[in-house]
Amino acid sequence: MTATLTPSRAAARPARGGFAQLLHAEWTKFRTVRGWVASSVGAVLVICLVGLLATAAGNQSGPEGTSALPVGPGGQAVNDSFYFVHQPLQGDGTITVSVSSLTGVVATDPKSSRPGLAPWAKAGIIVKDGLDQGSAYAAMMLTGAHGVRMQYDYTHDIAGAAGRATREQPVWLRLQRSGDTVTGYQSTDGTKWTEVGSARLSGLSATAQVGLFVASPSVEEKTGTGTGFAPAVATGAFDQVDLGGRWSAGSWQQRQVSDGAGTSGSYSQTTKGQAVATGSGFTVTGAGDIAPVVGGPATSGVRTIENFLVGAFAGLIIMVVVGAGYITVEYRRGLIGVTLAASPRRGRVLVAKALVVGSIAFVVGLVSAAVMVPFGGQRSESNGFPVLTVPSGTELRVVVGTGLLLAVASVLALAVGTILRRSAVAITVVVVGMVLPYLLATASVLPDGASEWLLRVTPAAGFAIQQSVARYEQVVTVYAPGSGYFPLAPWSGFAVLCAYAAVAFAVAVVLLRRRDV
Amino acid sequence: MRRAGHAEWTKLRTEAGNGWLVLGVVALTVAVGAAVAMTSRCDAVGCGEDPARLSLTGVMVGQVVVAIVAVLMVGNEYSSGMMKTTLAAMPRRLTVLGAKVCVLTAVMLVAGTVAVLASLLTGRIVQPDRGFTEAHGYGALSLADGPTLRAAVGSVLYLVLIGLLSLGIAMVVRSSATAIGIVLALLFIFPILAQVVADPDWQRHLQQISPMTAGLAVQSTIDLGKLPIGPWKGLGVLALWAAGALTAGGWLLRARDA
Repeated sequence: MTATLTPSRAAARPARGGFAQLLHAEWTKFRTVRGWVASSVGAVLVICLVGLLATAAGNQSGPEGTSALPVGPGGQAVNDSFYFVHQPLQGDGTITVSVSSLTGVVATDPKSSRPGLAPWAKAGIIVKDGLDQGSAYAAMMLTGAHGVRMQYDYTHDIAGAAGRATREQPVWLRLQRSGDTVTGYQSTDGTKWTEVGSARLSGLSATAQVGLFVASPSVEEKTGTGTGFAPAVATGAFDQVDLGGRWSAGSWQQRQVSDGAGTSGSYSQTTKGQAVATGSGFTVTGAGDIAPVVGGPATSGVRTIENFLVGAFAGLIIMVVVGAGYITVEYRRGLIGVTLAASPRRGRVLVAKALVVGSIAFVVGLVSAAVMVPFGGQRSESNGFPVLTVPSGTELRVVVGTGLLLAVASVLALAVGTILRRSAVAITVVVVGMVLPYLLATASVLPDGASEWLLRVTPAAGFAIQQSVARYEQVVTVYAPGSGYFPLAPWSGFAVLCAYAAVAFAVAVVLLRRRDV
Repeated sequence: MRRAGHAEWTKLRTEAGNGWLVLGVVALTVAVGAAVAMTSRCDAVGCGEDPARLSLTGVMVGQVVVAIVAVLMVGNEYSSGMMKTTLAAMPRRLTVLGAKVCVLTAVMLVAGTVAVLASLLTGRIVQPDRGFTEAHGYGALSLADGPTLRAAVGSVLYLVLIGLLSLGIAMVVRSSATAIGIVLALLFIFPILAQVVADPDWQRHLQQISPMTAGLAVQSTIDLGKLPIGPWKGLGVLALWAAGALTAGGWLLRARDA
């Protein structure tokens, strides 16, 4: 008697594509649990709702409280306000000048003032595309405390010789335009010249506005309770103005570029911008700055794009709950036994889970950030808060980074959940590790040193990837977590979070292999 | 009620890990408080630092462990099916909730008192070396000082109320994972949101309704005028949150099938 054994269909199926099958199995588990799908969709809504709440308030000082900030050639918001004595230059040419003094006045309260000079007060010469704010420029200048500088297009800063100017020992500056290139020189005697740097300003119009300028950002005032900024003006004395090239018959015009002084500084009640002709030059008084806008106390009426993404904290908590639950539920229901019997290579099970939950969290973050950044900006501006424009590359990094942040957080939660096998503890460990350090560091509970340390060594460092404001040596502000500045660069901060996730994941794989189910 | 309380106490006492968690409340609160006390300093008169509040910063970390204990008291019963047995043995459901509230309150009163006293003692020892001296206008931390006593008592009550809030939320959602997620979001999202909102009025209102920010106002001993809400009033806001969560949890416990 013979019986034919028919192999079952499962056994007949070829073993290839094992990982794809595993991935499909894990995806099916996720897809069919209503709570997880609802949570993921809910996370998108929560991120957007919290973001909307953050932009709901209107500016009490009205629409004209802070006007929209000009945008420079690099695509970022800039301050472009200074006192300008100028005339048009057609085609190529040079301007040479000697600066014999740079002094300043700081307003201590609305009615009185004291002598004082901002470290980055500027007096010098500038070649500028036009009189519009945010237009391309190159400038040679003497600064309050940082010597001679060549700066161009707002973000570029080249150091020249250090030192100050006196009547006996003036500082000589020269700018030479030739085509799109502007070259800056300095000299101590007006005969021997040293090149400081050169700038290519692509598309610089044939007729540029060239002349003398003075600007002074507000001055940092440290008090017992924090850092404030007081309005300041600077006065520069220019002599021996010498022009070469096709100039418009030597008639100088003067004006304050921009009515408001942006976020960089302004005139106090007792000061104003002016230029007075002296024997062979001018004495020019001005306030403001020609520099990129940075975060900090001075920009309290301005919103940054990461402000619209504050809901990511709530979304992160939801995705951490989902990520941890994705494995702990299997332990609770005993499903893990079946899963591991079906797929005995346990490391691969965890990799498949990480891929599924990480991808979903990534999409959640990406979609909500892609909605909130433009929408929040629009809402904010209609409420009277200008938005700090950033280059499109930075904006892309912030949006994609929000997705990555949620993805890595959910994988970290999955790994910690595997290690602890208890959802409540795993969720708390991850959320407290990521969110509480951020909260402590930005709420000014701790001294600055401790805050920065927290944001370097805890998983909260990962939030750096959402930072859109940049640091500039040539702009003074409070570069602290409280004003949106993380101690680590965006990708390095994110790498710290990734390192935590990688270590937790490795431990989880080892434990999963070693332990009985 | 006494027997219900005894039953809850037995469950809490014998559940593996709960002892460690309660120890964790004390250890984390004291350790974080000590770390903050050792890093903060006061360099001059009018430095604006609040020594009592600084030494009690650890409560911000200890509270999450309190939340875990409270959430697990309910979540574990639902996930293991124990809840059916509990309700079969004690059909008066509000008695079950009341027993849980009493046991949790008693345990957290003890753990909180130990944690808060140890934190203040650490502050008292460490802070004089960090510039909190008579010369800068600070006496050593002492419970004889009215505001410091209020901060101490208030911090213990704060921990208890966080536990009750978490218990109530866990009763509503019946899952430890979801409950702890909601508790952490309630605690942390308000203060983060308040930092971003540019309008000072909105900021103040957000801080006034935030369970954590308002509740921790009770720890302040200086510059009370600058607080978004008065110390006891702030703790009252947290008490309202806890009462709301417990009411919702109790109502659903009665109304729902287990």
